[in-house]
Amino acid sequence: MTAYIVRRCLYAVLILIGVNLITFWLFFKVNTPDDMARMQLGNKRVAAEAINRWKADRGYDKPLFYNAGAQGAAALTDTLYVGKSLEMFRFEFGAADDGRDIAHEITTRMWPSLALALPVFILGLAVYIAFALLMAFFRATYIDFWGVVLCVAMMSISGLFYIIGGQYLVAKIWALVPISGYAPGFDSARFLMLPVLVGLVGGLGSSARWYRTIFLEEVSRDYVRTARAKGLAETTVFFRHVLKNAMIPILTGVVVSIPLLFMGSLITESFFGIPGLGSYTIEAIQAQDFGVVRAMVFIGSVLYIAGLLLTDISYTLVDPRVRFE
Amino acid sequence: MFLPVILWTDALVFLLLAVVCTFAMHARRQEHLRASWRRVAQSPAAMSAAVILGAFIIIGFMDSIHFQRTLEVNNDQTSVSTPRLAGAGTIYAPEVKSVLDLALDHLASRSERTYSAPLATNAFSREATEGPNGESLRDYPRLRYGGAHLKDPQAQWLPDVVLTLVRGAALAVVIWYVLSLLVLIAARPDDMPVNVFTANVWRGETELPWRTVLVTLALMLLVALPVALLAREYHVLGTDKVGQDVLYLSLKSVRTALVIGTLTTLVMLPFAVLFGIMAGYFRGWIDDLIQYLYTTLNSIPSVLLIAAAVLVLQVQMDARPELFPTASHRADFRLLFLCIILGITSWTGLCRLLRGETLKLRELEYVQAAQAFGVSDWRIMWRHLLPNVMHVVLISVVMDFSGLVLAEAVLSYVGVGVDPTMTSFGTMINAARLEMGREPMVWWSLASAFVFMLLLVLAANLLADAVRDAFDPRVRVLARKPAVLDATEGAAA
Repeated sequence: MTAYIVRRCLYAVLILIGVNLITFWLFFKVNTPDDMARMQLGNKRVAAEAINRWKADRGYDKPLFYNAGAQGAAALTDTLYVGKSLEMFRFEFGAADDGRDIAHEITTRMWPSLALALPVFILGLAVYIAFALLMAFFRATYIDFWGVVLCVAMMSISGLFYIIGGQYLVAKIWALVPISGYAPGFDSARFLMLPVLVGLVGGLGSSARWYRTIFLEEVSRDYVRTARAKGLAETTVFFRHVLKNAMIPILTGVVVSIPLLFMGSLITESFFGIPGLGSYTIEAIQAQDFGVVRAMVFIGSVLYIAGLLLTDISYTLVDPRVRFE
Repeated sequence: MFLPVILWTDALVFLLLAVVCTFAMHARRQEHLRASWRRVAQSPAAMSAAVILGAFIIIGFMDSIHFQRTLEVNNDQTSVSTPRLAGAGTIYAPEVKSVLDLALDHLASRSERTYSAPLATNAFSREATEGPNGESLRDYPRLRYGGAHLKDPQAQWLPDVVLTLVRGAALAVVIWYVLSLLVLIAARPDDMPVNVFTANVWRGETELPWRTVLVTLALMLLVALPVALLAREYHVLGTDKVGQDVLYLSLKSVRTALVIGTLTTLVMLPFAVLFGIMAGYFRGWIDDLIQYLYTTLNSIPSVLLIAAAVLVLQVQMDARPELFPTASHRADFRLLFLCIILGITSWTGLCRLLRGETLKLRELEYVQAAQAFGVSDWRIMWRHLLPNVMHVVLISVVMDFSGLVLAEAVLSYVGVGVDPTMTSFGTMINAARLEMGREPMVWWSLASAFVFMLLLVLAANLLADAVRDAFDPRVRVLARKPAVLDATEGAAA
């Protein structure tokens, strides 16, 4: 098993290098530093010196892969690729366009993101599974039918409407919570209640329906028929056998998103003014700050790959039939 | 008079139509495909959804036939100021119009100054006006177009609206009657008299749910025709901040949504199918390479990849304005690019499914027999594997549609969606989201976007479910995983 995990880790590094090369190509080859400078400096008639100064200030004035002007090993290391792209593996992201250190911003902003995403994740799992259980237990009855209708209707509504509707109803009309904002520490609960609720409601349709499919598939298996045949009550069959076995695909399926909880949610955070990584990303996109976007792409990929690794590991833990090939 | 303009997405829409028609012809001849489609058609929800989607598709298609109008040209002036154009003969209007614009000209051209409520005759907020004696009044002035035909709005408004509604409903009934007659005659089995078939439809005892179709049609006409009649004199859904008719904007958004939902899959389909089948069939290093490729692409959070690509595109497009003769060309190119980049981020799921399916199929006897006969690899993939994985392709295409329509709204909010000048549900929501905070509240833009989107996406979801149930007996494999953009959206939104 150790050998298997080591092999998966090596593969993960390989994928990260691929991601790194793609983003480098996109941000430096397709979109050259000259383009970036021209865009940041504002207009079409920028003097060449201004562009060069902008590039030099930010360390963009180097060749992409091979620096012919440098000596020895520096010819390979004193380049944009090494300086701007490989550096990210050390979690060195440089400074944003407003001069602040990106790595520092990320470490401070990931906690509010987590404070929002973690409750949504845990409560969501509980609520969705409970709802899916209800539908699956009363399968082929009106409860199931209308439950599915509700799910399909809810997943046909854009997440934006849940946020706008929630803000309007809960925060403006009922005035139960502030419309947006954030405070550190335990004060944040006041501000987080509504976004968490909106997040829960927004994900209900698709998730509950997906879990219901898993439950129903489990119900139709042979061991369930055996359990019924030996005279177990339907509730025992359902909660002792079906629930336990259905949790395997559900839990291994959600493991992949655990590391991504740090990334937060772009839309929810920016609507509710929560200073997390999601709103940081949106601000960067709107300000066309390529340095920050590049860093976020890298971090997002790292977290996703970590999620894949966790998935692999969790499979081996919960299901002894998984072989390591 | 007109110069036909074929934008990039138009060409692809026509191509898509051709592909669908070819596929339909093909499916008619294949008994097993006919049987599956009949199963889809037997579902009342799917048929009802198909009627609604059909209406959306007609709107979207009308909006995909573009042209430029000729301008009235004074010959003397032209020859003096722009001799080059005078040689070319005619000058065309700078804006590109569509057939839908032509049909909705009365909506598009009648802009108010700013907000006005649905069916309003007076402006939404007080403005300072000059009274008859020169004194200044603060009042709700009459709208320029909305209800302009009424002399005394307070007394005449209600009777006029009700009368128009009744007229529209009557018209709807007449049109529905004619249409249902046509449907009944066309759908009737050859050996059954029309009146017997009608009775069967009435009782809901036909093989295909014709009653549901006719009821859906009736409801649709009962909403659409009164609205159409009202729209000749009023702004049925109000106007937005710059006074544009919201009904017009909603109808224009339909095409953008349809284009994003369909063209994205069209552009990514060839790659996903080719790579997926190749990986499953050849295995070995080709499989490794393709798996590496899609895992890598999949690892980049899709919103961020899209954002990065669109940002880069924006910079590049700003640097080369000469490539785009009109604003429409520019917006259209950006839409196409958005489809492509959405396609790049979303082909991996289908590719993985196809690889798995091919891995199973390649071990079957008929593939081995073909190999034993010395049939070439490519021919096996084309003749034996592709037709047998087509159901996976079809299901994932229809299931992706609704997710993509929803994704467009989110991307436009982030600022990396369609061009700001292009009408879409995303731009509508984005422009309207602060209006909920106004006093008094401006709700109609959001409500319209909500209703139109809900109808479109719900219909697409219902149809997609029916297609999946009919084509995929093993429900789980292709059951819908939550949300297209789930990777960065986490559990929320």
